[in-house]
Amino acid sequence: MRAAWLGLVGAVLLAGGAARADSNDYAAIDRGRYLMTAGDCAACHRGAGSDFAGGLGIETPFGIIRAANITPDPETGIGNWSEDDFAMAMHEGMAPGGRHLYPAFPYPWFTRISRADSDALYAFLRTVPPVRNVVDSSELPFPLNIRAAMIGWNALFFEPGRFHPDPARSEEWNRGAYLVEGLGHCGACHTPTNMLGGSERSEAFAGQALQGWFAPNIGANEYQGIGGWGVDDVVQYLRTGANAWTRASGPMAEVVQDSTSRMTEADLRAMAVYLKDQPVHGPPSPPVALPADNPQMRTGAALYVDNCAACHRRDGQGVEGMIPSLASNQIVVQRGPETLARVVISGVRGAATAAEPTSPGMPSFGWRLNDDQVAALLTYIRNAWGNAAPAVEADTVRDLRGRLAARHE
Amino acid sequence: MTQRLPPTDVVVVGLGWTGSILSLELARAGLRVVAIERGPWRDTPTDFPTTTAPDELRYGIRNDLFVRPAQETLTFRNNLNETALPIRNWGSFLPGNGVGGAGVHWNGHTWRWHPWDFTNRSSTIERYGESALPADNMMQDWGITYDELEASYDRFEYTCGIAGKAGNLKGQIQPGGNPFEGPRQRDYPTPPMQMPYVPTLFGTAAANLGWHPFPNPSANMSQAYTNPYGCKLAPCTYCGFCERFGCGNYSKASPQTCVLPALIREPDFEARTDCQVTKVNLSNDGKRATGVTYVDTQGQEWEQPADIVLLCAYQLFNVRLLLLSGIGKPYDPATGEGTVGRNYAYQVTGGVTGFFSGTQNFNPFVASGSAGIVADDFNDDNFDHEGLGFVGGASIACVPTNGRPISNRPVPPDTPRWGSAWKRATHDTYNRTASLGIQGSVMPYRGSYLDLDPTYHDTHGLPLLRMTFDFHDNERKLGSFALDRCEEAMHAMGANQLRRSERTGPYSIVPYQSTHNTGGAIMGADPTTSVVNKYCQSWDVPNVFISGACLFPMNAGFNPTGTVGALAYWAADAIRDRYLKAPGPLVPV
Repeated sequence: MRAAWLGLVGAVLLAGGAARADSNDYAAIDRGRYLMTAGDCAACHRGAGSDFAGGLGIETPFGIIRAANITPDPETGIGNWSEDDFAMAMHEGMAPGGRHLYPAFPYPWFTRISRADSDALYAFLRTVPPVRNVVDSSELPFPLNIRAAMIGWNALFFEPGRFHPDPARSEEWNRGAYLVEGLGHCGACHTPTNMLGGSERSEAFAGQALQGWFAPNIGANEYQGIGGWGVDDVVQYLRTGANAWTRASGPMAEVVQDSTSRMTEADLRAMAVYLKDQPVHGPPSPPVALPADNPQMRTGAALYVDNCAACHRRDGQGVEGMIPSLASNQIVVQRGPETLARVVISGVRGAATAAEPTSPGMPSFGWRLNDDQVAALLTYIRNAWGNAAPAVEADTVRDLRGRLAARHE
Repeated sequence: MTQRLPPTDVVVVGLGWTGSILSLELARAGLRVVAIERGPWRDTPTDFPTTTAPDELRYGIRNDLFVRPAQETLTFRNNLNETALPIRNWGSFLPGNGVGGAGVHWNGHTWRWHPWDFTNRSSTIERYGESALPADNMMQDWGITYDELEASYDRFEYTCGIAGKAGNLKGQIQPGGNPFEGPRQRDYPTPPMQMPYVPTLFGTAAANLGWHPFPNPSANMSQAYTNPYGCKLAPCTYCGFCERFGCGNYSKASPQTCVLPALIREPDFEARTDCQVTKVNLSNDGKRATGVTYVDTQGQEWEQPADIVLLCAYQLFNVRLLLLSGIGKPYDPATGEGTVGRNYAYQVTGGVTGFFSGTQNFNPFVASGSAGIVADDFNDDNFDHEGLGFVGGASIACVPTNGRPISNRPVPPDTPRWGSAWKRATHDTYNRTASLGIQGSVMPYRGSYLDLDPTYHDTHGLPLLRMTFDFHDNERKLGSFALDRCEEAMHAMGANQLRRSERTGPYSIVPYQSTHNTGGAIMGADPTTSVVNKYCQSWDVPNVFISGACLFPMNAGFNPTGTVGALAYWAADAIRDRYLKAPGPLVPV
């Protein structure tokens, strides 16, 4: 029996022969595990009963891209990759053999991580059980299904290169920048993308609609962003999923649950410091609120009392840390009403974390409010209690409702 | 063919209040816990969304949250001379089902029982002499005192965020609270609820009568609350849909709001729902439980081996499971010997409805299951019973739980049951009617007990539980006495017409009265007269622990949940701090 075990170990060592990493470097492996959490890799790569066996469809404006199997399975995963191969993928978006990866894999952010961190991630991935799972990586239409098309995309939108700390800034700020702009890849969702899927750096963190939600402005903008939050508020949100005004839901609930709630307080604080120091993008101040005698406002106010006030309270303040405020909550006044409309139509469930285990849920109202009513309600919420944002039209709600139904979520 | 599963440390039968508390406490002590629940998984936003939870027809009339009698019921008879028949529609009580159990659909009255309850026999003899005990009574002390249980009461109250006002802080009587409560170490976690109008009328009237009215201790929230597990509750909206309903507003303490969010994060906890435990399996010598057998919805039978078995089902079903498993000796009313099934008790209920004239609006729809005023002056032994001819008593409560449209249509006596006169009376009285209710203690008697029915079986071929029960003179007298007090108060409140609802004749299982069934697996200091010791541990099979109101040797004039929750924490402490260190009997036999 012992001999058989030794033989097996030998086989494993041979199979992993391409690697330079010291598989016994526990410190590197553990750091890799933490970095894997910070990067929330499992959010896309989970599948086939593993956090890393791939197959999940990543929604892009151009079609579905299936996340790769990154377990050490030699045939269907990355078992034959070397540390250098892994670093090439992270830094250049290129798999062994010169195969271009699609930027649904956020190498435009990962290019900034250090080689040491790339190696740590690699070392950790060598420790997860190999899972045989063939992933058909792309359902993209021609010509995007030609991977070489990414050469042109990279030339336009990809700036390879490691992160260089800004010596004029604090160590904390630089750590935050490294995490936010690198593994955290916050901008992948929160920075608007252009027609070709490239990030608009000039509008960094200004928010955009994607995957049936509106990823809000997370820059220092006081009106739509987190400019009004203190560093502690940002940390509390990322650590627990809730703060005085809001509670993470939708894709951000997953980010909090799987990633940020498991990060160190120091890293969360660094990210908060960096985010709060970003240039203000988006409208710096609100428009003039709609008057209370606007017909949509009057209808919306009545609907609010009947449907919403029991939990969110008449004054829109909600219940701290549990039921989001609508009066002091930037998600209400985002450029796009996607998140608000979705929450009303489909309902939503808040994040659950060790610190905030209750995962409060809001029921669906889509079955009892029609498009006109939802539009009036959202318009009211966006213009009551000191809020101000453009009205929501019934046609917009109809369109969003149709797209939500088509998502089969 | 029974499939045998890998063993676990603890198997929990029933995932209601006590099952969830014990699961969490023991999972956090490092044990692997499997909870097996007869009914479905239930959670607040998915099962009780605010948009559909207040559906009176579905939940209040058609009893959607309760166990279907076709799945599990019992047979009933009033006395030993009758043949019991199965209960095919629930009436006088409504057993819960599913995750959260009755903790989902309770009203939220959360009492600490009086110190007297735990020493009811010895205290009665001490004050009034042995002759004061009712004929045929089986009254006995609990083997545990209020003082021993105080810290556990405190933990349950802080888990739930109970809204109330202390009446006795470390022996100091507090104005505005219940002066008859046992001493507590600290106040309730949250202040009392807002009072609807009618209870304020009762509070004034009761005070004028020289009574000591105080706010009902409530598991419906007077304000937002975060409990020690980090679980959050939101302020009550006073919608009046508590009893028989799940709360979609996170405003009622329940396993769903207070325990499960923390429990489901425990990596070594697992829940198996829609699985009915049919037996606790015993070793060949019958002295050790080896696990449980359960049946899933496909009819597949499974064996779950475990080192510790916790019976956390509803009172009636815990007793049935003991009897089906052969744990302990069944009680025999002919000889008075045996323990399992003895000391079954119920509650005395009734009330006085007052009809008011004038133009005032009582707005009964502004309500919560627990927002109200209570007087404890005539409960248990809080008053001198000399010459009254009964022991025990009743709490008198003005807790207008709802103004729901289907069932809350009070009309004065002699109103026709339908037609324009009924409609007119409904219109005139809906907003000008007040009610006082009594909840009276019931002592245990030799002929009140639970056993297995000789005739009727469930779908698994297992005998149903049989209940034999009737009220005795002692209870009729105390009920009548308490209703007289209600009439005094209702007159003082200004009602110009009264209707007294008093149960007469034999106990009937048809009209709803109370789901506060107690006894059958009682705790005590003597293995010949109790099923478990003071640590809720089976005398006969020491790796079986039992929770719930089946432990109560008698029934008090209070709702049971506070004591049920306290005993769950008490048992959790005993298992973690005592049993795990030295597995075996915690009280020498």
